[in-house]
Amino acid sequence: MGEEASPPGRFRREMARKHRFRLAEMLLPLALLAVPVLGPEYYALGTQAAIVALFVLSLDLLVGYAGVVTLGHGLFFGVGAYAAGIVSVRGWGEPLSGLAIGAACAAVCGAVLGAIVLRTARFTLLMLTLSAVFLGNAIANRASWLTGGVDGLVGVTTWPLLGRFEFDLFGRTGYAYAACVLVLVWFGLHWLVHAPFGQSVQGIRDNPDRAASLGMAVLPRQTLVFAISAGLAGLAGALQAEINQFAGLKDVSFEFSAEALVILALGGAGRLYGAVIGSAAYLIGQDVLAKDNPALWQLWLGVLIVAVVLFAPGGLLGLLDRARAR
Amino acid sequence: MTADIAFQALGYGSVLYLISVGLSVTLGLMGFINLAHGIFAMIGGYLAAVAVAGWGVPWPAMLVLAPLATAALAAVLERTLFARLYGRSELDQVLFCIGIVFIAGALIRLGFGPTLQPMPLPPALRETVQVAGMGFYAYKLLVIGVGVATALALLFGLERTRAGAIIRAAVENRGMAESVGLRTGPIFTATFALGGALGALGGILGADVFGLNPAYALDVLVYIQIVVAIAGLGTLRGSFLAALLIGVIQTLSAYYVPEMGTILLFSVVFLLLLLRPRGLFGRV
Repeated sequence: MGEEASPPGRFRREMARKHRFRLAEMLLPLALLAVPVLGPEYYALGTQAAIVALFVLSLDLLVGYAGVVTLGHGLFFGVGAYAAGIVSVRGWGEPLSGLAIGAACAAVCGAVLGAIVLRTARFTLLMLTLSAVFLGNAIANRASWLTGGVDGLVGVTTWPLLGRFEFDLFGRTGYAYAACVLVLVWFGLHWLVHAPFGQSVQGIRDNPDRAASLGMAVLPRQTLVFAISAGLAGLAGALQAEINQFAGLKDVSFEFSAEALVILALGGAGRLYGAVIGSAAYLIGQDVLAKDNPALWQLWLGVLIVAVVLFAPGGLLGLLDRARAR
Repeated sequence: MTADIAFQALGYGSVLYLISVGLSVTLGLMGFINLAHGIFAMIGGYLAAVAVAGWGVPWPAMLVLAPLATAALAAVLERTLFARLYGRSELDQVLFCIGIVFIAGALIRLGFGPTLQPMPLPPALRETVQVAGMGFYAYKLLVIGVGVATALALLFGLERTRAGAIIRAAVENRGMAESVGLRTGPIFTATFALGGALGALGGILGADVFGLNPAYALDVLVYIQIVVAIAGLGTLRGSFLAALLIGVIQTLSAYYVPEMGTILLFSVVFLLLLLRPRGLFGRV
């Protein structure tokens, strides 16, 4: 029995295994590079997919890894979008600092809301997050002097990226910008969920009582994850506001929050690729099917979700795992 | 003015109570977060509207027939689909319900179009009735009557009859109820169907407040979830009072601060849930 087999050694090896660079992680950058090859007409769809993937990734951190089911994550997307948009309307359109402002505002909101709602559980928690997003929507609607109300926030201008790259009509800069942010967040989250903090959050998810009895500060850790997740959602919102040069009531809505949950479930919650694959599949499906008949798309989507929950918990990636195990 | 507000609030509260009481009981009984409960209101409303306008069935008859049909559908759905979700994770339950709401909304939209479906009322209900020197809208009187009568009947049924005692036992301690020989499966199905029927009844009566459209299930969802959350799980009295409270808040804000209505409502809900996470009347 050498040092390697003892628990600390095993732990070290286990952590090293998790942090090891895997080829599979390059799939996302490669997939993002495929869009320019397909042609400039795919930039808009690709940008939208990257933004949605970013938002769903943030939701995955909270729902999949921390086990906190929320119906109101769109609130933070909206806070980020409006914060970046309003700063730009008021005369500061620098994109990178705009992202930081959007993410910071959303993270602060997330910290406050998380500290409040995480004291409750299950049904009450769902209702509180639901009420929060409806409240946010009503405030954004009401404060039209700040947000533009029903018409949305118009007049957002985004300065050239790094002072050099103009946001062009074809959306090439926008796409590159969104893709880069997504890749950075992707690797950041990959590191976070395998870091001791991320591992402890998953431990809390699996058994909160045991985690508490081991001396973990359950509530502060969950609140921190809530704030990080909210900040990332705000980042996605700010990104959208800057690239589309618009923010609207739809960004801070229950519908959008539910949509993100659906996308996450389709891809597979609790794994980072689930969020990305779910977003791509959802947006492509929507692009192909919803143009002709939105009701039919909604019907198939509903059938698909019910089928996934009943027969394929774990989503598309769960199916892949099972096919491989066979 | 005060009487008018009270009357409006009572009418609104009655509709909310009818739709939400089924949800409250099923949530207390099976621990199942049925975000799809609003589809029963939508189905009931559409059944009545289509039967009255298209086939000439009298409206009062549909008040009975539509809930019966919805109850049958609810029982089938419970046996085939919803029962598989008991005891599953919260995320699965939420997603499943979102899927069901999507399917129901899409089917309604494909069948009846995206526009508002008119609900033809008998002319007698559209008149104003004079009571004690004040004029009341006859339809609202009926809504309040049905709401209050249902509340009393349910209260009596649950606390004074054998069936009610069985349901209460199953809510209180499912394992114990099963081990003394109660078959909880059929109890769940029956209460689910009853909840669906009452939801359909509320959906018909509430068609003028919420407006029958393919998003009906989502429109009412938020309000009935609020009622259940504020009341606390499985308390009938609580559900009625909570529905009334939401009715009062909605009516008062519509009269005095119409533009702040939603903000006010959700602020109050947020505060109440924060101070009383188990609801105003829930057992600790």
